[in-house]
Amino acid sequence: MDRVPILKIGDVLLVSIQVDMSDQTALQLQDDLAERIVATGCHGVIIDITALDIVDSFVGRMLSTIASISKVLDAETVVVGMRPAVAITLVELGLSLNGIRTALNVERGMELIAAARYDEGGYGPDGDDADTETTAVP
Amino acid sequence: MVLSAEESGRLAGLLSGHADRVTARWTESVVASLRGRLSQAELRRQLQELHASMIAAAEGGLVDLDDDQGAELRALLAELSRGRARQGFSATETAVSVYALKDVLLGLLDTGDAHALRDFVAYSRLIDQMGLFTFESYVRTRESLIADQAEQLLELSTPVVKLWEGVVAVPLVGTLDSARAQVVMERLLQTLVDTGSPYAIIDITGVPAVDTQVAQHILKTVVAARLMGADCIISGIRPQIAQTIVALGIEFGDIATKASLADALRHVLRLTGVETARRNHRREA
Amino acid sequence: MTAGVDLGTPQTQAIRSDEDVVRVRQLVRTVAVAVKLSLVDQTKLVTAASELARNTLVYGGGGAVEVVTVDNGRRRGVRIVFDDSGPGIADLDLALTDGYTTGGGLGLGLSGARRLVDEFDIRTGVGEGTTITVTKWSR
Repeated sequence: MDRVPILKIGDVLLVSIQVDMSDQTALQLQDDLAERIVATGCHGVIIDITALDIVDSFVGRMLSTIASISKVLDAETVVVGMRPAVAITLVELGLSLNGIRTALNVERGMELIAAARYDEGGYGPDGDDADTETTAVP
Repeated sequence: MVLSAEESGRLAGLLSGHADRVTARWTESVVASLRGRLSQAELRRQLQELHASMIAAAEGGLVDLDDDQGAELRALLAELSRGRARQGFSATETAVSVYALKDVLLGLLDTGDAHALRDFVAYSRLIDQMGLFTFESYVRTRESLIADQAEQLLELSTPVVKLWEGVVAVPLVGTLDSARAQVVMERLLQTLVDTGSPYAIIDITGVPAVDTQVAQHILKTVVAARLMGADCIISGIRPQIAQTIVALGIEFGDIATKASLADALRHVLRLTGVETARRNHRREA
Repeated sequence: MTAGVDLGTPQTQAIRSDEDVVRVRQLVRTVAVAVKLSLVDQTKLVTAASELARNTLVYGGGGAVEVVTVDNGRRRGVRIVFDDSGPGIADLDLALTDGYTTGGGLGLGLSGARRLVDEFDIRTGVGEGTTITVTKWSR
């Protein structure tokens, strides 16, 4: 069975899905990722789906589950690189991918994760009342 | 089969025997119908080609325009009609160029002779076929012209422009039908990917009316953009359109809407450039 | 993938395993490209095929799919027939409702797939298996 490789870059795990995954491969990735998050202590997960020419409800559900599992393990998940045709199809299919953060490309995804981590740290000493939201983006 | 091989042979003889007279008369009668929009020299050249091709086909034993012997003649007729269609001549004007040959032939025949008359009827059948073929080529050319123009119009009317670093906009102008809305939206999403822009502004100032289907297309695009990691702002909603949207019960939900393109851009810049905006604000205060 | 599909004859593919669902997607994609569906329409059709093939496997206990090109004189299209001899669907209306599921999925398989194609036809009965036919036309 194919296995999707998981790369570690700094504090972030990067998964670039390059194959037309069977459902088993998708479930395997879900398991592998949870283990790697715990093993590495990473706080961010980027799933790059640039190469996927379709996302059906099964893969959609896998993405949602990964996001939820990561959250429990204190890691932020960002799905990046969704193709326009895939997005249009998902809307028609009725899949909203609730709870998943998305970005146009890996670079933007990295920024998003960095911002989220900064945000969390920002609630500390200088996180004073109304300013917290607006100072979120550096 | 519209004429016999013997008739075809006699036609070849008639056409080649009086070659100069045929082309001269033919040109003369056609040029009047085109009202000077095609030079006489140009027309004469075309008809001479046609004349030569007819002789060649008839000598080859042509009994029907669809025959193998008619291939060159058909190609010539198709080219002639294509040219006429592109130059803006009407279908009648195009067909007359062929039908005028009947009068010319009639003038050459001894009409008192029953055989000659029977021949003339046979020649006419062939010329009718040629005329119909011309007409069909003409229509085909016009149809492809119309299709091309519709496509060009679609291209023309849907620009996606970069407004700022990371901000693209589609100013929609004119009536949006479902097909056009789809094209525009697909192009917008593709531009987001190509330019890596996380913000898009859809400006509908130039759209006179919005129906449910078009509104749905716009909404779906906003949701699709979100799935891709980009935000859409809709600007330029005119009063009537706002009323339609409410009357149709279309839910815009939490989609950002702004009165003008300028407001929308300011909104996006505020989202991206918080620090600068805040500093200015503090200085004022 | 298969270079140069013979568009005249229907292409068939058994659905017995996970990998077969992937093969169905690839087969549908090849045919959709061959009849020149737009990129978005290709994506919609392949996604619908993926949903329905998975249904055939999970709920129908496996089956087969047939992919054929169609032509109505004006436009060309792709027709896909999913066939299984599983338990069938008892309440069709309910099965076609968004969010309804008996298999632990998102419940978007049938209803979602129906929205992604131009024509959708389903024949089923308890104990009689299920046959679903979908068609997508070029624009």
